[in-house]
Amino acid sequence: MSPVKPKSPNDVVITGVGIVTSQGVGIEPHVALLSADKAPDVIVETERFAPYPVHPLPAIDWSQQIAKRGDQRQMENWQRLGVFSAGLALDDAGLKDDLEACGSMDMIVAAGGGERDINVDSLIVDEALKRNDREQLLNEKLTTELRPTLFLAQLSNLLAGNISIVHKVTGSSRTFMGEEGAGISAIETAFARIKAGQSTHTLVGGAFSAERLDMILLIEAIQGHALDGWSPIWSRPESGGMILGSVGAFLVLESREHAEARNARIYATIDDIGGDRGKRDDGKLEARLETLAAKAADAADTVVFSGTTGFPDLAAREKAFVEAKLPKAALRGYSGLVGHGLEAQFPLGLAFAALTLGSGAKVPPFDPAEKSLASQPKTAVVTTIGHARGEGVAVLSAE
Amino acid sequence: MSDAYKDHLGRPIIAVTGMGVITSLGQGVQDNWSALTSGTSGIHKITRFPTEGLSTKISGTVDFIELPAANAVERSYAMARETTLEALAQAGMSGDFNGPLFLAAPPIEPEWSARFELADRSGPSEKPGDAYNRFLAAMRERPDPVFHEAVMFGSISERLSDRFGTRGLPVTLSTACASGATAIQLGVEAIRQGRTDRALTVATDGSVSAEALIRFALLSALSTQNDPPEKASKPFTKDRDGFVIAEGAATLVLESLEAAVARGARVYGILKGCGEKADLFHRTRSSPDGGPAIATIRAALADAGIDEAGIGYINAHGTSTPENDKMEYLSMSAVFGEKLPSIPVSSNKSMIGHTLTAAGAVEAVFSLQTMLTGTLPPTINYQNPDPAIVLDVVPNVKRDSQVTGVLSNSFGFGGQNASLVMTAEPA
Repeated sequence: MSPVKPKSPNDVVITGVGIVTSQGVGIEPHVALLSADKAPDVIVETERFAPYPVHPLPAIDWSQQIAKRGDQRQMENWQRLGVFSAGLALDDAGLKDDLEACGSMDMIVAAGGGERDINVDSLIVDEALKRNDREQLLNEKLTTELRPTLFLAQLSNLLAGNISIVHKVTGSSRTFMGEEGAGISAIETAFARIKAGQSTHTLVGGAFSAERLDMILLIEAIQGHALDGWSPIWSRPESGGMILGSVGAFLVLESREHAEARNARIYATIDDIGGDRGKRDDGKLEARLETLAAKAADAADTVVFSGTTGFPDLAAREKAFVEAKLPKAALRGYSGLVGHGLEAQFPLGLAFAALTLGSGAKVPPFDPAEKSLASQPKTAVVTTIGHARGEGVAVLSAE
Repeated sequence: MSDAYKDHLGRPIIAVTGMGVITSLGQGVQDNWSALTSGTSGIHKITRFPTEGLSTKISGTVDFIELPAANAVERSYAMARETTLEALAQAGMSGDFNGPLFLAAPPIEPEWSARFELADRSGPSEKPGDAYNRFLAAMRERPDPVFHEAVMFGSISERLSDRFGTRGLPVTLSTACASGATAIQLGVEAIRQGRTDRALTVATDGSVSAEALIRFALLSALSTQNDPPEKASKPFTKDRDGFVIAEGAATLVLESLEAAVARGARVYGILKGCGEKADLFHRTRSSPDGGPAIATIRAALADAGIDEAGIGYINAHGTSTPENDKMEYLSMSAVFGEKLPSIPVSSNKSMIGHTLTAAGAVEAVFSLQTMLTGTLPPTINYQNPDPAIVLDVVPNVKRDSQVTGVLSNSFGFGGQNASLVMTAEPA
């Protein structure tokens, strides 16, 4: 059994979850899949971006969380998905439209950038192939072809900016960048601030749109994709391994004192969270993971949510580490189910962990290489090892 | 901890023990400060790329740093490295830094030259709009890890972490034009949390390109008064017409005062308080009543534990856009009331332009220099005052004046507002 920890007023608790994946919108379909006897079928789009499979957005009615059409038009799907998921988290926490709570709420968003205008970029490079005054061409075409609002749809901090506008979250607004590490740092910073009394309630998370050729290009530049089709996450072929997924994951974190004062439902407590980086050769990765996972107790009621890339070497090393460090725990590679969401990957893992601990779900194996849970999990560990750099581990416990 | 090292809320007092800066005026705190206090402008005609057909042809680019490749990542990294070397030398630190790194860096996209190179090695177009499909096919033929590294937002902090031996996962952040101030704020918070007794806070922006310029121009944010370039940035005047895009970097070494004193470090100033408040009014415009900016300044004063009387000088955001300067004046008026006309307020951006991501940190360094040297830098190009903005802007010429408390404001697109309060040592 996981050890029971004493409760403290400055515990960092999760009181709201906003989640969107290819498996559906909001907590209901996700609690259902976590509570089912077996994992659902994966949903993979293999045609639109062939040879690159992606886990696509589910059917989504943006107006449920972004009421004004004008606001929707100011964004592209990456920002829409983030603003939508943030709204779900606020709703779930019972804080949506609570002007006082949102007006004093802190916010940390893990963000990439918005989608390029593929047609404008194509037009310019095609014209450039015919000309040798390419810089002059750029001035001509960018001046006439770029839509002014596109800049704002691309700017990293405008996801947070749109959350302020649409949901009126204005206590503070910070945007962290840097792929997987951004999501890890966002949770780590929110946690440290609440723990130290610098914040009472914080909205934290990120979103990722996988259905973008510019993002697919980023990963193809290192030939990191699993090509042609889906395969189980712990046994992806040597060529590549990553399948991107469109995901949105936001959490409302509060101090226990703040949450209890308003009788909020508490999903779970974050006991520990840390991130690190560095060279990965010679066991250095494993040494850092060992330190980051120091507070994870090995028990049969522990579930480990891994946001692995599926890169065969990294996945194998992570799996070996978890099996050696936490042999009794059950591993669940959630990237196999919903894909990889870069900046949003770590927050997504925390969302799965919170829903699991909050509902007592006996999470079915997502992959043939994963064992069944003997009992309802009381502890969850979330890992994300960045595709190029950065690692993060969080340890959560049930109420 | 002895009370001498605690602030009004019992938190560790934060000392600045090292500073470094680069702007279009030059490299290093000394060179910058002498240019800035002599009223010199670093704004010049753009030579990095052709400006034919563009409405804005001037900027405050930094063109004197040697780069292995002329792109925004290399330039932003090189400037951050240089200012950090300067700051650590000033702090008397060598070897691994062993504290966290907070980096404000511009959101960087691939250079057009990289897209052109990809197009050159890709197959021909088969239908309109298929460039990325061809790029992908080319990458399947031959990957390009250099391209991958150059377009990841985490690549600059990665290199800084390796170079300076910082601890843990570095934070790379963007709060638009408030980013530099946010980086400092994160450093202050980390020390107050007791997680560390030192933090490296860095802000850098070397991202001026044709596309960046055109994007801001399409939002009507930039000055088009190209001739003469050094006269374009004229904050708080009637004929101000936009900001001048610029580059720069700054590094501040933050330490708990206790740790700084214990190792015998020189203290250059105290980072006394930080405030922030997001604006929900509009993506690029501020609330007309200045509410969030007012709340930001008040939050910084409250965090610092001082009242309005404790501020002897304000380092304004002062972008020279019609909207910012009006809104900033409105919010300063609301906070400082009748006393405002007697508080000198100047804008460094009149000389260095708007260094965007770096601005909050660059201007924090200059705020500290103001107290250290007893010299207020001027607002240059102040020939035709806006009658609706009644401020002592330290017009055109520096002024000798000893101040012990400074407010520095940073406001940005996306409703970003951050203010810092700095005081002289001893606290």
